[in-house]
Amino acid sequence: MAIRSVASRRTLAGLKETSSRLLGSRSIQTFTLPDLPYDYSALEPAISGEIMQIHHQKHHQAYVTNYNNALEQLDQAVNKGDASAVVKLQSAIKFNGGGHVNHSIFWKNLAPVKEGGGEPPKGSLGGAIDTSFGSLEGLVKKMSAEGAAVQGSGWVWLGLDKELKKLVVDTTANQDPLVTKGGSLVPLVGIDVWEHAYYLQYKNVRPDYLKNVWKVINWKYASEVYEKECK
Amino acid sequence: MAASAAVTANYVLKPPPYPLDALEPHMSKQTLEFHWGKHHRAYVDNLKKQVLGSELEGKPLEHIIQNSYNNGDLLPPFNNAAQAWNHEFFWESMKPGGGGKPSGELLALLERDFTSYEKFYDEFNAAAATQFGAGWAWLAYADNKLKVVKTPNAVNPLVLGSFPLLTIDVWEHAYYLDFQNRRPDYIKTFMNNLVSWEAVSSRLEAAKAASA
Repeated sequence: MAIRSVASRRTLAGLKETSSRLLGSRSIQTFTLPDLPYDYSALEPAISGEIMQIHHQKHHQAYVTNYNNALEQLDQAVNKGDASAVVKLQSAIKFNGGGHVNHSIFWKNLAPVKEGGGEPPKGSLGGAIDTSFGSLEGLVKKMSAEGAAVQGSGWVWLGLDKELKKLVVDTTANQDPLVTKGGSLVPLVGIDVWEHAYYLQYKNVRPDYLKNVWKVINWKYASEVYEKECK
Repeated sequence: MAASAAVTANYVLKPPPYPLDALEPHMSKQTLEFHWGKHHRAYVDNLKKQVLGSELEGKPLEHIIQNSYNNGDLLPPFNNAAQAWNHEFFWESMKPGGGGKPSGELLALLERDFTSYEKFYDEFNAAAATQFGAGWAWLAYADNKLKVVKTPNAVNPLVLGSFPLLTIDVWEHAYYLDFQNRRPDYIKTFMNNLVSWEAVSSRLEAAKAASA
């Protein structure tokens, strides 16, 4: 008697799972804020702990939350076959999804000095930088100049063009990921030049932020990505 | 202040029509010191350098703005010129003890074109909150109607063919020292405590006269 009821409970449960799947509630993956691999204050004095905390807990979290909301709305619109609603959601997806993508890369692009932050790239990336830009200093100068010249909000990137097999420096506006500048572009290092990335510490002097951020750039991560893409 | 709503500026860094600490506690003296003293000043200084020796030198600011907007394919002087204009217009959009509901003809027009002041408030708020990245939200006048407009970066209603009446700067530098990421709180504070409806009214009169 008892065994039968357990079996039927399991069967019922199984049926319930199946039916909710059949009812078309296709589960969409939601995103969560990634943890930082270092303390908020670990990048000082280049980037203040106050900025890191607000940047991560408020700005990046907001992109994640809003991206998830947009994806849920997209899912509903797709299911209903509402093409206008789908198209209308694209800018929210680009802003917030892009914000999540870009910031997830950014936290990995940074490291405390005692964990290698600021140490020049070795290996094949170091060589490629010398070939393309003359020297690491040459690259830094170019990226800092282009980052300072971004009008409004955006990012400056070191990327690898997988197709042309060469390094490129480029900028994107707002939260556009690097791939919006070219489908074969892989981001290696991105530097956030939105005012929220530096204002509390550097105020209007973005060039000072760009001078100091290099002290905590994690070239080890950039090298790993580069070597993986070059295989 | 002249009856003309136009900010001709002549590339001068005009101070706000109140002391830098006069908008406290709603907008701090520190914010004014940086926002006016550094950001706005840099737009004016850089514009002067940029047009020196060019055919734009000596031209009125609004001429440079329209010319360099170039139908959306922005030419280099646009950013500095438009931002110089926008910031002067912004300081004059605020006053100590400002904000709240307007009265008289302005209120009547807001009620005519938005159904109620509250609906206008919500629409202006939403525009300012949802302008992604850097930009501005505006109350503007065109074709005998009031409307809310949001613009990216340095763009303003002048280049979109309407008369600006009120603006709020939503570049992060405008609110970050006082509100950090909390842009909605900044917008509410601006609406409730800073808007100069007198300035909006006189700009509206000038706009109506210019459209006549």
